[in-house]
Amino acid sequence: MTEPSAALAPAERAVQLLGGDLSEVALRRHLQGLPAVDAVGLEARAAKLGTRSIKTSSKQAALDLIIRMIDLTTLQGADTRGKVRSLVAKALVPDVSDPATPRPAAVCVYGDMVGNAVEALGSAWSAGKDDGINVAAVATAFPAGRASLQVKLQDTRDAVDAGADEIDMVIDRGAFLEGNYGLVFDEIVQTKEACRRADGTYAHLKVILETGELVTYDNVRRASWLSILAGGDFIKTSTGKVQPAATLPVTLLMLQVVRDWERLSGERIGVKPAGGIATAKDAIKYLVTVAETCGEAWLDPHLFRFGASSLLNDVLQQRQKLSTGHYSGPDYVTID
Amino acid sequence: MAFLDYAPAPESTSILNLRDEYRLFIGGEWVAGGGTPFASVSPSTERQIATFASADEGDVDAAVRAARTAFEQVWGPMSGRDRGKYLFRIARILQERARELAVAETVDNGKPIRETRDADVPLVAQWFFHCAGWADKLDHVGLGARPRPHGVAAQVIPWNFPLLMLAWKVAPALAAGNTVVLKPAETTPLTAMLFAEVCEQAGLPAGVVNLVTGAGETGAALVRHPGVDKVAFTGSTAVGREIAKAVAGTDKKLTLELGGKGANIVFDDAPLDQAIEGIVDGIFFNQGQVCCAGSRLLVQESVHDEVMDRLKERMATLRVGDPLDKNTDVGAINSSEQLERITRLVAQGAAEGGDVWSPACELPAEGYWFAPTVITGVEASSTVAREEIFGPVLSVLTFRTPDEAIAKANNTPYGLSAGIWSDKGSRVLAVADKLRAGVVWTNTFNKFDPASPFGGYKESGYGREGGVQGMQAYLKAGER
Repeated sequence: MTEPSAALAPAERAVQLLGGDLSEVALRRHLQGLPAVDAVGLEARAAKLGTRSIKTSSKQAALDLIIRMIDLTTLQGADTRGKVRSLVAKALVPDVSDPATPRPAAVCVYGDMVGNAVEALGSAWSAGKDDGINVAAVATAFPAGRASLQVKLQDTRDAVDAGADEIDMVIDRGAFLEGNYGLVFDEIVQTKEACRRADGTYAHLKVILETGELVTYDNVRRASWLSILAGGDFIKTSTGKVQPAATLPVTLLMLQVVRDWERLSGERIGVKPAGGIATAKDAIKYLVTVAETCGEAWLDPHLFRFGASSLLNDVLQQRQKLSTGHYSGPDYVTID
Repeated sequence: MAFLDYAPAPESTSILNLRDEYRLFIGGEWVAGGGTPFASVSPSTERQIATFASADEGDVDAAVRAARTAFEQVWGPMSGRDRGKYLFRIARILQERARELAVAETVDNGKPIRETRDADVPLVAQWFFHCAGWADKLDHVGLGARPRPHGVAAQVIPWNFPLLMLAWKVAPALAAGNTVVLKPAETTPLTAMLFAEVCEQAGLPAGVVNLVTGAGETGAALVRHPGVDKVAFTGSTAVGREIAKAVAGTDKKLTLELGGKGANIVFDDAPLDQAIEGIVDGIFFNQGQVCCAGSRLLVQESVHDEVMDRLKERMATLRVGDPLDKNTDVGAINSSEQLERITRLVAQGAAEGGDVWSPACELPAEGYWFAPTVITGVEASSTVAREEIFGPVLSVLTFRTPDEAIAKANNTPYGLSAGIWSDKGSRVLAVADKLRAGVVWTNTFNKFDPASPFGGYKESGYGREGGVQGMQAYLKAGER
């Protein structure tokens, strides 16, 4: 390969792993040298994990944990201040019949709605202090990511300035599929910089791979490593706008990557499947996969999230069933 | 409570409707045996399940005669299309009673319900469906027009996959037009008895399937019986040798599916996470009591340490215990005798310098248990690298080059199965070509399909079960 060895923006993790003279060639070699993924074997393992039978006390604990891991999401062109207020109200009181119900980790909205979400949360907003509900904003020309870098960075800065605790960015899938790993890497590094607040702290950065457009598991593994090396705090499967969105095999693969990263560096990276997880039954399969792949340490909203909207109410109905012994029905949980 | 301490999720045994004593199934009747009845115990609790009749020579003779009569008067003359209808009916009933059969198999054998539910019983039904389809297409098995069945097939099966081995034997035999006398293993006769009920339910003509329970002598009487035309055996190489001697010099056709010491070869470019799963599936599926188990792991030296670290980490997540719990990965060893053999061989492995490792796991007080075990530092000359342990014990050897991997893999008296893990297609094909094993899996392990022939080289036996070859074993060329 005769590619010019362009220097990449410094990212601490990549420098430590690949050496100080960080170059596109070094990055490419590293990504291409990762162990291959056998699709049949990966899917078989995911299916097997999906057959675990989680009952009684284990199910109860799982349901509460799932709620605490949810990024309650609305990402519509038709979003209004009213819709965001309503979503926030649901996050604050998920189940009116049971005040002990835990709250979701975050509400996830478009960047221009961050201010409204912050306002609606009031004192329940964690404000970067990790003691309440976070506001997560999608940024970088979500969902397609087809805009200039300046626009993407400004999008990010606007959301952070408005109070976003977490930024869900999209990678440039076109550049990735062209093999232009350096460009993808640089964009993540710069977006991370754009997450920096005035006081020097950073909004948490979730990097959306849009696995439905990367298609192959080998691509997903490479994109996951690339995102971690460039400074992502979380790797996230999908925007929810492309099918397939989150699947159990793809999430398992990303969990294997973060497990391997911890093995290598001691550092823990989060994983967020998003889109298409609508039932408690499915969500429990994800928890099983997390616990049996990365260990129980990852069963923590700081390390695993569900990007979802309808999931919450299904979990609440299951929760009511466990406490009352019978199914209530969709009119016994509130819509947002 | 930690999340991974999953709350108990036991499958209910209330679906079982077992008798206290089971008799022989001969000529469509349940008859008492001439020998002393014996009990079968559940390996996970050591509690008695039921007693079973013991067939003596007279009973075996009666069974062979019943099979002969049914062959000459009913099953032989019947059209393939009609035989197929019975087999399809049996397959459907097996599916309808799948949960019951899975529970019965788990109780009698000790293997996890996850396996009987997701592997054994679905494969059993699949085998009958597949062979049912052959019944009216025998002109296409490659023996020319109108191939003929042998007549009466004597079949002796092992305890590791009791119902599945029955299906592998009975389904092709019946599809080809033979009648059968089958002897299930002494420690696992239960599901064969339930299969007899299925035959009754399907209205299968009397004498087409006959079941004689008993110990080794019953099997010996059966394969020696002069009225038998075809012998099929799955089990140990030692017994297989005895059968080959007994059958030599007679007209009986013989297929043997015997032991193995399968090599699972992991190259440095393997899809690592999937290879780890494949190693685990290869040796801990059915507690390693699998003739085609990947019991010899051959790892390229350059990735040995990493593979071992990851494998041990994965083994620590295996859930050993109550086989009826839906979350159990590794169940009980089938018998105290087998447990004793495994224990002895592992001790020998340690004495010969092997490094024996098992994850911390609490084994139940009652029943026969052996923790998943890996032995590293094993040399080609070690006992645990040569003898079939037939338990959840993996012996690990290393290699440097593909040639060395092939040489080590083939350096065994057996030749049943092998696995190759590599992302490089050309290497996979080149290595598979040189492995002397009846089944070679690439980037997977322990996969079975009724359309795929299965069988061994060398001391692993001869003949094939499954696929066209499996049908051919129960047929001879038609008269010209």
